[in-house]
Amino acid sequence: MYAYTDFDTAFLTERNRQFRAQVARRLDGSLTEEEFRPLRLMNGLYLQLHAYMLRVAVPYGSLNPAQLRALADIAERWDRGYGHFTTRQNIQFNWPALTDVPDMLDALAKVGLHAIQTSGNTVRNVTSDHFAGAAADEIADPRPWAELIRQWSTDHPEFQFLPRKFKIAITGSPRDRAVTRAHDIGLRMVTLDGAAGFEVIVGGGLGRTPMLGKVIRSFLPASELLPYLEAILSTYNLLGRRDNKHKARIKIAVHENGLEAVRDLVEARFAEIRPDFDPAVADAELDRIAAQFRVPLRRSVPDTPYSDARAASPVFRAWADTNLHPHRDPGHAIVTISLKAHGASPGDATSAQMRAVADLAERFGYGEIRVSHEQNLVLPHVELGNLPLVWQQLKAHGLATANVGLLSDIIACPGMDYCALATARSIPVAQEIATHFERLKLEHDIGPLKIKISGCINACGHHHVGHIGILGLDRAGVETYQITLGGDGSEDAALGARTGPGFAYDQIVPAIERILQAYLRLREGRDETFLQAYRRLGLSPFQAALYELDSANAA
Amino acid sequence: MAEQTPATVVTGNALRSGKVVWLTTSDDWSHEMRAARVFLSTTEAEPALARAQARAGEVVGCYLADVRPTPQGPEPLHFREVFRRDGPSHAARIPA
Repeated sequence: MYAYTDFDTAFLTERNRQFRAQVARRLDGSLTEEEFRPLRLMNGLYLQLHAYMLRVAVPYGSLNPAQLRALADIAERWDRGYGHFTTRQNIQFNWPALTDVPDMLDALAKVGLHAIQTSGNTVRNVTSDHFAGAAADEIADPRPWAELIRQWSTDHPEFQFLPRKFKIAITGSPRDRAVTRAHDIGLRMVTLDGAAGFEVIVGGGLGRTPMLGKVIRSFLPASELLPYLEAILSTYNLLGRRDNKHKARIKIAVHENGLEAVRDLVEARFAEIRPDFDPAVADAELDRIAAQFRVPLRRSVPDTPYSDARAASPVFRAWADTNLHPHRDPGHAIVTISLKAHGASPGDATSAQMRAVADLAERFGYGEIRVSHEQNLVLPHVELGNLPLVWQQLKAHGLATANVGLLSDIIACPGMDYCALATARSIPVAQEIATHFERLKLEHDIGPLKIKISGCINACGHHHVGHIGILGLDRAGVETYQITLGGDGSEDAALGARTGPGFAYDQIVPAIERILQAYLRLREGRDETFLQAYRRLGLSPFQAALYELDSANAA
Repeated sequence: MAEQTPATVVTGNALRSGKVVWLTTSDDWSHEMRAARVFLSTTEAEPALARAQARAGEVVGCYLADVRPTPQGPEPLHFREVFRRDGPSHAARIPA
């Protein structure tokens, strides 16, 4: 995995020294809260409902065991013994005291982690395919480019005060596991005449005005990535609106000015700045980075323990069928570790669990751990013969729930249990849906299903791209939940359609059950997933079931 | 009947710990909402809020929250304030 250079270490040390002094000046009264707030936000420190919250970047979702152990230690020493993995592949600590944050940042820096640009109107942590470098369906590992983007965007002087925050996602696979079309810029690796490049998508985003990104460049040679990104950011920096926070994202700039006009401006700027970027330098740096991401795969154990365990244990088999994904090497598998035990808070992991995963990564996983935007952890490279041992250890730590990609593998934002912006709760809704269907034993029968829950219109829970999306709102002082159906965050991205009036907190689980009972009645067979059935049938039959209309009124 | 302005309490977060606090009858900060001073009119509440906001070395983000006075102390009118008083509502496997 990529290791920071002396330059990065010195940079972090200096930033942390500055922030420690800023905290001291806030505490001694030299800085007002108005002066301090932007400084703390630049270092990922929010004030939430019950406490401060520190958001730590996990660059493109990759961690090594030392980093995960450091996160576990920080959670235990300065927080409440757990961390919350987010839909942007970050981790949040929900209970730090302001006075402890400088020490927390120093502890992070020791393992090359930080909270810089996890807030504010800057380029945020670049997200990536959580199976990057391991998936069988991949053209190339996108993380060397993601690291190049991290280096370029961190503290970039031109882009510290953008009109609004800016999110970039990158994937090296035609199977989009990074929701690229819901980002300000989405990068999808493609090939042209054997050369790798990127399809560049711009202007996607969820939130109050959900939009899918549009292709601004169908093929960009990989070595021109940085100047082209700089041209987009530079164009947006001038074009983006600063008069209205809700209209400041690049998606609105693209929508209001039109893709063609934005493309012309970007291409003009690109032509202007391209000579300043020497492709040879970028290529050399990319080679240096890429070498560090390469994992020399071994075959140290026979596959037989895996086939034996499959034959002997139906529980192991169920887990393997659900939580494993094909690896590029047939002797390995990608293991998704569910942080969605039925009834658990989606994305939370205790310090003990983090240490257990770090140990497994070290012993069986080439020292690699990933955080997925679906709020799970991933061991991207595990030899088949080691899977039974990995499973045993996961089971011992409550981490072997066989539900990846199923109903209870729910994305949920922190919602009103933590977030100052939330208008309703989302975590307990996720918990109750998961436990309800667990009691009904319907989860495996229902099959692949993505439920995504947000506790406000900012859509951190990606509800617009959930097969079933749930949005919690405050309607006249009462929590109310709107449902959308048919959303999809994959390469066939689609925004969900609203079903109609919302439901009270205690009505949302029965509402979801009516939709899913309708699916079970209407599907053409077990092979037709919920999303496929929805695409075949449209909204009406699900609406009819949801609102208990008779079929004559269903249209 | 003319609409009445609800009673209010002054609340915010402690600067150092970040924890939720309420302004008490002794003009101090408490982590217990039942200790909060209840203001029955805006003419009383607004100057108290302004004074609280000026205590920037102690608290952050002070505001007035609507409450219903009861013999056991003020009860929040909005569910957001219930969560601020009681902490996260989700079934947690985490130590408090």
